[in-house]
Amino acid sequence: MELQINNEVHDVDVEADMPLLWVLRDILNLKGTKFGCGISQCGACTVHVDGEPVRSCSYPASAAEGKAITTIEGLSADASHPVQQAWVKHQVPQCGYCQSGQIMTAVSLLAKKPQPTDADINAAMTNLCRCGTYKRIRDAIHDVAGNNPETTLAYEA
Amino acid sequence: MKKTPINQARRRFILTSATVGGGFALGLQLPTKAQMATDGGSDINIWVQISPDDMVTIKYARCEMGQGSMTSAPQIVADELDANWEQVNIEYVDVNEHIRMNRAWGDMVTVGSQTIRNSQEYLRNAGATARAMLVAAAAEEWGVNASEIDVNNGIISHAGSGRESGFGALAAAASAQAVPETVTLKDPADWHIIGQPFPRVDIPPSVDGTQIYGVDIELPGMVYASIRQCPVFGGTLKSFDASKARSRRGVIDIMSIDDNSVAVVADNWWRANKALQEIEIQWDSNGNGNVSSEDILSTFKASLDATDAALLPNNSGDADQALANAEQVLEAEYFTPFLSHSPMEPMGATVRINSDRVDIWASTQAPEGLVSELVNALGVAQENVYAHRVQAGGGFGRRGGSSDYARSAALIAAQLPEGTPVKLLWTREEDTQHDFYRPLAMYRLKAGLDSNGNISGWKTRIASGSILNQMRGVPLRGGVDFTAVEGFTRLPYQIPDQFQDFKLTPTHVPLGFWRTVGWSQTPFAREQFIDELAVAAGEDPYHFRLKHMAEDELSRHIMEKVAQAIGWDEAPAAGIYRGIATTEPYGSFTAAAVELSVNDAGAIKIHRVIQGINTGHMVNPDNVRAQLEGATVWAISAAMWGEITLEEGQVQESNFHNYRLLRMAEMPVIETVLEATGGFWGGVGEPGQAPILPAFCNAIYAATGTRVRSLPLKHHGFSLA
Repeated sequence: MELQINNEVHDVDVEADMPLLWVLRDILNLKGTKFGCGISQCGACTVHVDGEPVRSCSYPASAAEGKAITTIEGLSADASHPVQQAWVKHQVPQCGYCQSGQIMTAVSLLAKKPQPTDADINAAMTNLCRCGTYKRIRDAIHDVAGNNPETTLAYEA
Repeated sequence: MKKTPINQARRRFILTSATVGGGFALGLQLPTKAQMATDGGSDINIWVQISPDDMVTIKYARCEMGQGSMTSAPQIVADELDANWEQVNIEYVDVNEHIRMNRAWGDMVTVGSQTIRNSQEYLRNAGATARAMLVAAAAEEWGVNASEIDVNNGIISHAGSGRESGFGALAAAASAQAVPETVTLKDPADWHIIGQPFPRVDIPPSVDGTQIYGVDIELPGMVYASIRQCPVFGGTLKSFDASKARSRRGVIDIMSIDDNSVAVVADNWWRANKALQEIEIQWDSNGNGNVSSEDILSTFKASLDATDAALLPNNSGDADQALANAEQVLEAEYFTPFLSHSPMEPMGATVRINSDRVDIWASTQAPEGLVSELVNALGVAQENVYAHRVQAGGGFGRRGGSSDYARSAALIAAQLPEGTPVKLLWTREEDTQHDFYRPLAMYRLKAGLDSNGNISGWKTRIASGSILNQMRGVPLRGGVDFTAVEGFTRLPYQIPDQFQDFKLTPTHVPLGFWRTVGWSQTPFAREQFIDELAVAAGEDPYHFRLKHMAEDELSRHIMEKVAQAIGWDEAPAAGIYRGIATTEPYGSFTAAAVELSVNDAGAIKIHRVIQGINTGHMVNPDNVRAQLEGATVWAISAAMWGEITLEEGQVQESNFHNYRLLRMAEMPVIETVLEATGGFWGGVGEPGQAPILPAFCNAIYAATGTRVRSLPLKHHGFSLA
C-alpha cells in the first residue's frame, strides 16, 4: 500500500491490519513514535492523520491510505516548531519517552484552539507520562498560546 | 519442544580469546598519561578531555533515565575545573572500557538517588585535578609561578604578564603534567556552576524524536522477538503447539527460553507478537497456581503476631514499660500493596552474538548488570561483552535490580545464526505481569501519650518480604532488610522508649526496588500514626510534630518552610482541609503539605501541594524542582489506584486500563520549596515522593474523618476529581 508520511510517499508491503505504529517503526525506521501499551491507553504512539491525532498502535495502516500522516520527525526539520521550542524552554521532558506523543497531541490541540483553557488542555492531553511532567506540559502549552505571560521559565527560575 | 543450548564451539572461542587478550588490550595507564584521543583531544584524566578548539568533554558514568544527572554530575566537574559551561560536551563512559580498566569510573549503577551524593567527591577531585594540571602547564609555558595563575570560565590567565589562553592550547601540555597528589577543593561559596539551573543536556533530542532508547536500536539484518513468560511466578513451560504460528508471515523462529518462556522471532515485532498469540502453551505452575491476594494477606496478618521477629538497630529504653505508664495508648495497622514500576518504555533488549564479542543495547540503570547477566546467560567473558549506552524510557528501579529482559534476549540470540541481532520487546502486559514488584507490607504501630500530650513509648512491627534476600540472595544482617524498614530506623521524633522489629514474610512474588523503595511506604504508616497521636492528644498535627523534634534541626527546618509556604497557622478557606508530613529519605530532608476538599461522593479535589526538600548542597535547582513535581504525580497515582493483585498465582493487572496512572486532568497545582542549607549532599530522584502519600492521607482524614490505613484509596470510596 502507499502511505504518505511527512510529505513523502512510501510504498510498503504490509498486512492491512498491521498498525501504523509498526509500519513507522519497524518498516520505515521512524523511531520517534513510541510503543507504550498497544491498546490506545497511553498515547506514546500519537501521530497526525490528516491533522487529527491518532494512536497509531491501534490504527491499521490501511486506514491511513490516501491520507497525510505526520510523525514527530515531520513536525519540523530542526526542532523549530513552537511547541518543540516551548518544550525545551520549559524543560518539560524527563525520560522523554512519551514526549513525541505529548507534543503531537499538543500541536493538534493548538491548531484547533490556539488559546486553550485549562479545561481544553485537560480534555485534549490524555496521554500518560510516568515521570509526571504534566505541570510543565501545561505551562508550555499556555506559553505557546500566549496565554500566560506570568509563567515562570524554568531556565530563568 | 525445541531447546538449543548455546553453541559450545562459539562459547569456547569467546572464553579463549578473553584469556589471551582480555584485560590488557587497552592502555591501563590512560588516566595519567598524555594520550591523543582519536578526535585530537587530550585526556587530562579519565573524566576530562580537552580538544584544541577549547571544547571540554566531561565523562558521565551513570545512566540517564529522566532524573537529570547526566547534566548535574558533569556540572560538578566543570565547576572545579572552572570551565565555561557553554564549551562542555558530555559523553557516556564506555562500559567495556570501564570493566577492562578495573571499574575506573566508580559506580555506574543508577539507583538509590546516589549519583550526586556518592560521586561528588571524586567528580570534584577530577575537575580540580584537571584544573591544576592546566595551571601547571601554563606556568611552565609562560615561565611564571603557578600560584599567580587564575582560571575563570574557561580562560587561564596570568595578571602580571597579561598572558591568557583558552584550555585547548594548553591541553596537550596539561595532560603531560604530573598528577597532583592533593588538590584543594573550592569553598561552596565559590561555586558558580554547581547551583545553576542549567537546561538538561538530554532534553533537545526528546522533543524531535531523535533520542535513542533501548527499544529504538536498529541494526542491519535485525530480527524482532516477542516473549510470553509463564504467568505464574516460579512456574515452568510444559509444552506448546506452534503449528498455527509457524506459518504466519514473517515468522523466522519459535523457541523456548529458560524452561519458562516462549518466544517468536520474526522480521517485524508486530508479526512476532501476532504469531505468539496463536501459540497454545501449557504451563506447570509448580505449586504456586492457587495463591491469591487473600492468602498473602493472611500470611502477613500472621506475621504481625509472630514471636520470632528480628530487632531493628535503634531500639532503646523500655517501650513496654512506657506504654504501661502512658495516659492513653493507640494501636493501628497499616497496609501497602504490591506495585509495578510500569515505565513508559517496556522492557526489552537487543543482543548480537559474534564469535569474538557479544553486543547488547538496552535501557538500563545498571550497565554492569547487563554485562554480568550476559556472562551468566551465555558463559562468555565479561571483557568480550559490549553494553552500549542509550537513554532509558524511565527506570524507577525496574532496570536497576534484575536484568531479566537482557537474559531472555541473549538466550534468544544464542539460538539464532551467529551475528544475527535480535531485538526483544515485551508487551505492556508482560511488563506489568513480570515485574519485580514493590513489596507488599503490613505495619502495626503502638504508642502511648503521657498527660502532657507527649509520645511515651513507641512500638513498630514491620512485616514485609525482602528485596535483598529474594532478588540478590543476600543474607540479611541481623535478620533485617534495611530497605524494608527505612523510615523507622531513625525517627525524627525524640521518643526515648522505642521497640521496633521486622518479620520477614516471603511470597512467590518477585520483589524489586520501586522508586523510593521502603520510603515509598513506611511514611504512609509512620506519618499517619503521628497524626493519629496528635488527634488523640487534641493537638495540631504540625505543632505536635514540632514539639517532638527539638533535637532534629534539619527535619524541623524543612517542615517549617513547608508549613510557612502553605500558611499552616492561618485557617484554610471553608471546605478546604490540610495534611502535612515529614521524612528523611536518601540523605535529604523532605516535607509536604496538601490542601484538598472532598465532596459527598468521595471525589477528592487537590487544590495545592507544597513539596519541600533540603538537599544540603544542590547542583541543579530546576532539575530538583522537576523531580519533586514528578514524584508527587508518582505518589498520588499509587495512593489512588496502585495495586498489583493475584489470583491463581497470577498478576491480575495487565495494562494501563487496570493499572491506572494520573493524567493531566487530575494534575494538582504543585509548589516547590527548595532549600540548600549546605553541609551535606542529599539525594533528589526519590526523596520527593516520601512525604506526599501521608500528607495526602492526613488531609483526607482532616476533610472526612476517615483514616485510610490501607491502599489504594479507590477501595475506600474515593476518586480523584
